[in-house]
Amino acid sequence: MKAAALFLLLAGCPLSFAAFALLPPSPARMGFVFAALAVQLLGLILAFRAYYTHTQASGGEQ
Amino acid sequence: MTPADFTTLAAALCLLVAPLALAGLALMNAGFSRSRSAAHAVLSALVASASAAIGFLILGCAFFGAFFGAPSRTITVHGIPWGALGSAHTFLRGVDFHSAQPALSAGFLLFAAALVAVIPLGSGADRWRLYPMALSSALVTAVPFAIFANWIWGGGWLSQIGAFDAGGSSAIAAVGGLSALSITWLLGPRQGKYDDGGMALPGHNMVMVLFGCLLTFAGWIGLTSASALLFGMATPASIPLIAANTLLAASAGLLSTLWVTRSRYGKADASLCANGFLAGMVAAGAGCNLIVPVEAAAIGLAIGVILPFSVEWLDILGLDDPSGAITVFGIGGLWGTFAAGALVHGHAAQWLAQLVVISALLGMVLPVTHLLHLLVNRIARQRVSAEGEQFGLDLHELGAGAYPELQQVMKDHLNR
Repeated sequence: MKAAALFLLLAGCPLSFAAFALLPPSPARMGFVFAALAVQLLGLILAFRAYYTHTQASGGEQ
Repeated sequence: MTPADFTTLAAALCLLVAPLALAGLALMNAGFSRSRSAAHAVLSALVASASAAIGFLILGCAFFGAFFGAPSRTITVHGIPWGALGSAHTFLRGVDFHSAQPALSAGFLLFAAALVAVIPLGSGADRWRLYPMALSSALVTAVPFAIFANWIWGGGWLSQIGAFDAGGSSAIAAVGGLSALSITWLLGPRQGKYDDGGMALPGHNMVMVLFGCLLTFAGWIGLTSASALLFGMATPASIPLIAANTLLAASAGLLSTLWVTRSRYGKADASLCANGFLAGMVAAGAGCNLIVPVEAAAIGLAIGVILPFSVEWLDILGLDDPSGAITVFGIGGLWGTFAAGALVHGHAAQWLAQLVVISALLGMVLPVTHLLHLLVNRIARQRVSAEGEQFGLDLHELGAGAYPELQQVMKDHLNR
């Protein structure tokens, strides 16, 4: 897994926590959670892409 | 007998059925693997269960912490303390095993940890070495599983925002499924899977797979019931509803997968149908005591339709997952977590809380699990050598195969 993918996945968790810890129940909170999930989705896409490219070349991350 | 005693008795009886899920998954993994790695697959399940239980005993119980009544480590934001981590003793010290609730919680979590460790074995079938796998299993259950269980079941921040997981869709299934994804990324595909345009490498015994599926189902009902009684505020009177919901979701999952595979391939696919059954069962878990039967069937129906496409897409992306655990437990668990939020209570705040559970799984469990797998890989290479994979893990790692007669016949055939 690429470091960027790992970072994006990790970043989403505090973002979604912050949505509940800092914001009142509102559309802004919902937007924050969706933003966190979007960041993580991007991380997942990067991870899958990195794996696919690497597998084509050598077969797995090892 | 007081109502509390009755709940304790019911939870204890449900817990006694739970090991059937381990046996079922072990059989399924053996069936999905090739004949030359079949004994290794079952031994791996035993070793993973053992390592997970010991890992949870040594460290995981401290991170979970909630069954001791010990205060959690908290993060205070705007004057509100949010539970971040358990702060109890290691080695289950301090648990009052004469008191039913803490003792049952500890017992349940040991079984759940074992199950989390066994789920990814099918994804690493035919190529995951025994010793690194044991170490990985112990670490994954001791760290990400225990922390996540604290967050959702132990009064941590996920339960504080109103998220729930009565039957383990997220804390058991999704954690195991994401671990399966991580190990599949790390190990890479089996030899010959994608060489020269790629080929199917079917499991060696479909009867084992299907019987294992039934055993897993029996054990899962016990596990979800025990989980709902201990952490989902269910009562013993909810057990028939939990069993009915689990059966209906699994049935709808099976039938929809049957329909999709028959429409797409002309014939029903036995392995995908078994997975559809399990995926429905897994998805119903999160709200097993809170949803009505028709909702359980709808949850199962949806994942049964998604499953064959997901398995295909993962295959296209180069992820060689022989048992389909990533889809069954990973996607099934995530879907169940979200669907329960959308159906139970029916307001936006609930499904938003469930979305945060998914975010926590992707943001903490997946990266931490992957880092631990990488760490173990640094210490001892996780993937077997090319030669070992060719011979099969039975001969390479155990020195004897599951089917010695078959190996003799193959030798004779090669010598001819």
